[in-house]
Amino acid sequence: MEAAAIIFYLISAFILGTGILAVTTRKIFRSAIWLLFSLVGIAAMYFWLQVEFIAAVQIIVYVGGIVVLIIFSIFLTQQSGKEMAKPVTRRSLFGALAVVFGLALIYSIIAQYGFAEQATRPFGVTVDAIGTQMLSTTDHGFILPFEVVSMLLLASMIGCIVIAMKNRNTNDPEQQGPAGAKLMIHADFTSTQTDKEA
Amino acid sequence: MQILRQPKQTRRPDMNSIPLTHILFVSTALFCIGMYGLFTRRNMITMLMSIELMLNSVNINFVAFNKYLWPEKLEGIFFTLFIITIAAAEAAIAIAIIINLYRSHNSIDVEDATELKY
Repeated sequence: MEAAAIIFYLISAFILGTGILAVTTRKIFRSAIWLLFSLVGIAAMYFWLQVEFIAAVQIIVYVGGIVVLIIFSIFLTQQSGKEMAKPVTRRSLFGALAVVFGLALIYSIIAQYGFAEQATRPFGVTVDAIGTQMLSTTDHGFILPFEVVSMLLLASMIGCIVIAMKNRNTNDPEQQGPAGAKLMIHADFTSTQTDKEA
Repeated sequence: MQILRQPKQTRRPDMNSIPLTHILFVSTALFCIGMYGLFTRRNMITMLMSIELMLNSVNINFVAFNKYLWPEKLEGIFFTLFIITIAAAEAAIAIAIIINLYRSHNSIDVEDATELKY
């Protein structure tokens, strides 16, 4: 077996092992860290497939962006040291059964189809080829999806701000602060007075 | 420019000793792991993580098909790039919704959000 094949199987075992740990561990912060390892393994798989640009994008967007966002939201919403509730046995049993049968079905289809055993032609993807085709307006150019996806990113950015914005109190918060403070002083004063009287 | 780049291309080691079906099997297994996580977990953040795993397995599939079957084209690469972009937007929106749900319900378990159930 060549070194490239051994590296491929090592990367695959790493991805699948950390993926299984990410969906089965019961501490949510550890789950996020295992997901991080799995995404790094997928970036390594892209390096193995000789698409270095996609590997760089994977590391920047997923490892640098999405996992950090997930960890922030864990800190905002959970006690991260606490263990999550154990999944119901029946649910995890039937989930595992469905997954195993689905895997067997898809794998039998893949094995029967008879893909070409090996890549015959060389595959070299350069960044300038990607950039040229991404922004070209000719027949196989991707300028329209590029613009549409940029509008989608803008819309999702605005949508995130609108959804996660804290809803201010409806009955005039500027008035409430001093009024509450005055009331408290008054209450304090009366309490001291009653204390004195007592 | 092309002449200068040509020797670099040929010097690369040939890593095509793995058949395509093995890569497809890895990505299928990763998809099924994500599906298992989506079935069993009830916490919204962990369900989002499972969805990310499934999207990544699809990306591996696109790149592998592009490399093995149509190596002179770049369409699989572009699909992968756009899927990564849309997944980032989806994760950001999902986390905004999760934080908003946590503010109103004090919990991000999907069993607790039952206002629309009946």
